[in-house]
Amino acid sequence: MSTLEVSPAEPLSGNSRHSITNDFSIQVATANGSGSQTANTVLMRSIFQMGIPVSGKNMFPSNISGLPTWFTIRASKKGYIGRRKEIDILVAMNPETAREDVMKLGSGAAVVYDEPLKLNELRGDLHFYPVPFDKLVAAVCPEAKLRKLVKNMLYDGVLAKLLSIEMDEVRQALVKQFGQKKAKAAELNWNAAQAGYEFAEKNLLKTDPYRVERMNATAGKIIIDGNSACALGAMFAGVTVVAWYPITPSSTLVESLAVYLKRFRMDPETGKATYAVVQAEDELASIGMALGAGWAGARSMTATSGPGISLMSEFIGLGYYAEAPAVIYNVERVGPATGLPTRTQQGDLLTTAILSHGDTQHPMYFPCSPEECFTMSSEAFDLAERFQTPVFVMTDLDLGMNNWMADPFPYPEKPIDRGKVLTAEDIERLGGFARYRDVDGDGVGYRTLPGTRHPSAAYFTRGSGHNDKAQYSEREDDYINNLDRLSHKFDVMRSHVAAPEIHLREKAEIGFIAIGTSDYAVRESCDQLETEHGIPASYFRVRAYPFNDQLKDFIRRHSRVYVVDQNRDAQLLSLMRLELDAELIAKLRSVRYYGGLPLDARTVTDEVVKQEGK
Amino acid sequence: MSAAPTPKVNRLGLEVLNYKGSKTTLCAGCGHNSISERIVECFYEMGVDPMMVAKFSGIGCSSKSPAYFLGLSHGFNGVHGRMPAIATGALLANRNLIGLGVTGDGDTASIGIGQFMHLVRRNMPMIYVIEDNGVYGLTKGQFSATADMGSTAKSGAANALPPFDCCALALRWGATLVARSFSGDKKQLQTVLKTAIAHKGLAVIDVISPCVTFNDHAGSTKSYSYIKDHEEPLHELDFVPFFEDISVEIGEGEIRDVRMHDGSSLRIRKIDREYDPTDRGKAMSALEQAERDGEVLTGVLYVNTSQPTFIEQLEMMDEPLATLPESKVRPSRAALEDAMEELR
Ligand SMILES: Cc1ncc(C[n+]2csc(CCOP(=O)(O)OP(=O)(O)O)c2C)c(N)n1
Ligand code: SF4
Ligand SMILES: [Mg+2]
Repeated sequence: MSTLEVSPAEPLSGNSRHSITNDFSIQVATANGSGSQTANTVLMRSIFQMGIPVSGKNMFPSNISGLPTWFTIRASKKGYIGRRKEIDILVAMNPETAREDVMKLGSGAAVVYDEPLKLNELRGDLHFYPVPFDKLVAAVCPEAKLRKLVKNMLYDGVLAKLLSIEMDEVRQALVKQFGQKKAKAAELNWNAAQAGYEFAEKNLLKTDPYRVERMNATAGKIIIDGNSACALGAMFAGVTVVAWYPITPSSTLVESLAVYLKRFRMDPETGKATYAVVQAEDELASIGMALGAGWAGARSMTATSGPGISLMSEFIGLGYYAEAPAVIYNVERVGPATGLPTRTQQGDLLTTAILSHGDTQHPMYFPCSPEECFTMSSEAFDLAERFQTPVFVMTDLDLGMNNWMADPFPYPEKPIDRGKVLTAEDIERLGGFARYRDVDGDGVGYRTLPGTRHPSAAYFTRGSGHNDKAQYSEREDDYINNLDRLSHKFDVMRSHVAAPEIHLREKAEIGFIAIGTSDYAVRESCDQLETEHGIPASYFRVRAYPFNDQLKDFIRRHSRVYVVDQNRDAQLLSLMRLELDAELIAKLRSVRYYGGLPLDARTVTDEVVKQEGK
Repeated sequence: MSAAPTPKVNRLGLEVLNYKGSKTTLCAGCGHNSISERIVECFYEMGVDPMMVAKFSGIGCSSKSPAYFLGLSHGFNGVHGRMPAIATGALLANRNLIGLGVTGDGDTASIGIGQFMHLVRRNMPMIYVIEDNGVYGLTKGQFSATADMGSTAKSGAANALPPFDCCALALRWGATLVARSFSGDKKQLQTVLKTAIAHKGLAVIDVISPCVTFNDHAGSTKSYSYIKDHEEPLHELDFVPFFEDISVEIGEGEIRDVRMHDGSSLRIRKIDREYDPTDRGKAMSALEQAERDGEVLTGVLYVNTSQPTFIEQLEMMDEPLATLPESKVRPSRAALEDAMEELR
């Protein structure tokens, strides 16, 4: 789509004849470790504060310092906050990637760049804005050591001028970012932003069409990353034991949780913690601790990503077979192996669904937004205890680590469900119990917790064969009964896990099925297909596994159903294949993207149009 | 007409029967069976509430044994080498539980060495019994990582690698009670187990426990006869529980009392060497010396009654986290509103 040809009919100098308001994307290209995070967050926040729907996505390398990083901000008056493939405004701060970044732009884009890079010589079809960053920063920041850190704020000022972002909002965003305690740092950054603004005012003639205009679409909303949302969700779900091992992109989930817990979960009467957080020695230990804690009655969890999931596999099978609850947050990144640790994918679906050897099946939740990260956390903890099994919350790097505009979270109204736990009094009344007997027909037995003071309370938990009284058994009938009960239990979960979100469009012949962060691209693609190609498409967002029965109805209703996968092997589609009839499978088609960036609508639309033969 | 004899009971009014488990399925004569018997006796005699005990194990013949003692206690037989994680999680969930882990030398010193070391490093409050036979019993006799260099397998093949000494590892990296004993030494093992019950931190007990089926032949350094010949008790031990009168008969010889956390006393009588079990450095050198001399030192190698445990460090509530009511674990509406407000 990028082209070097300049159309002579469209000279780029002088004021542009039309303007594009609240609908553009900015890409800031810097080097990792150059302190651009503040400037990018402030820029995103300023637009958000002006009431315009906005999203920010960080594309960063897996190292600490020096490699290229891109941050894209998308403003969309229509509320599309998925990634946009096309870049309208480039801020080129990284000499290493500047040329390639410029060459990739579509005709008519704007480029703010570091003057010495002379990027304007590369193309004639772009709007170039040279800024002498080093000179400007030297003037506002006498301390040479700090210059690197505040230099980036200059482009915030320049962009504020070029795009008409109100400087008051920039200032307020800065204060928010630094808090009252770091007033000096905020001041230094503010000076830089102002210098950028003034420079642009005096020296740059605006020729591009992009601008911001105040709206009222973000009132009351919050900005939060999915990991923090999961952390809040777990805390309000009443988590008591957290065991983890650091891995990108899940680390910040537990780090943020630890901060929240310290603040909100110290018992007011005793000043003591109502929780335990343990940084384990590895993922074998973190899942073992979570299961041990769940077995002993805690609401327990761990968080990890691909390599950790692989390591946990043996223990997950134990959790499934011995029936111990725990919640596992899997913040997916790009595999296999170490893969691309800082890029996003939905590549662990198949692995997770049947993690561990032997016949195993595990429920998964697929939140698509911070709100769902929060609400589904409570659901996951309840499900884990109700069904006495490991439960996965599947997010990805895009959701987990990027900042999202979100509705404030609803307070959980449903009381915490601790599942079927017998007390000493219950046992006295019942005269005993059989741990793995299906008394209620839902496949779930009653359990007791260690420390229950009744002589008939104890049972022996094991990963080896057992009968319904939890006694060691290698008998064929005991084994089969047990496995069949577990399978029935999984079936019963279908109606307990989160129901799908279904959008039916009139006269739609085709439909989409997607999970998690694919949502943004798919919803935007539905609009693109309708307005650009006259193809109405329905949409079924799967919110949990095992699949709900409505899935079949949806597929039946449409002639062709596009299953969107952010992985190479069409894993979501493959999961459906495992349980659907041939007649329904025949209707499924696959749209896949697995390059590691957040999925964008254009990729989806183009692929569907191609497959539809239009 | 004579009245039926009243059964003997402990201070909780429980009979020894209440401390037994199901019938063992291990080989007759296996050292692990003797250890199970000692556990039954000690928990009974100490008057430990079996309903407050949680048993943990990995995989192996040794790890099966928790089914054969303390039938009134919950048990968790986990995965190979990863018992420490399960135990840690469970004990964090309910700090009132008395944790008793039983493992093998394969379970601990090979596949589980990482988790073992980290359990040690955390001084996780529990009793950790290694039933050490120098082989993998359950998989039929392969050498384990505690097999001595030169010790031979049944086939005659000699072990070429040096052993891990689990006591040395535990001692060096943070366990607060470290002992070695022998499944065939009933009295010493009892005393060591009782001391472990009275101890508040991590008690690592390496019990040489011969495998009669795969490692009890001539040429093995973990056979009954080899240990009988090479065992070198550090001292003679007595244990006086807190609920008994401490001033009972003191015989000849030099006596030293170590006061345990619960008020019990470990009474140490010198045999023929000076040994101070509260000095970690000396304990380390004693182990090294014994290795050079080809001796198997047994007894309480080290005890530290003051080091805080992992649970103490976490500053958790006194009540078990597992059963805290919703009012303690779900913050208020106002808390959520606070959190939301600062994200606006
Ligand atoms: C992950 C895994 N690998 C291998 C095994 C097979 N296995 C079962 S028991 C055992 C060794 C047990 O040796 P030890 O802990 O010394 O116990 P013992 O039988 O000697 O008492 C092995 C290797 C297993 N159960 N799990
Ligand atoms: S094989 Fe060895 S360790 Fe296993 S039960 Fe028999 S004697 Fe004991
Ligand atoms: Mg062994």
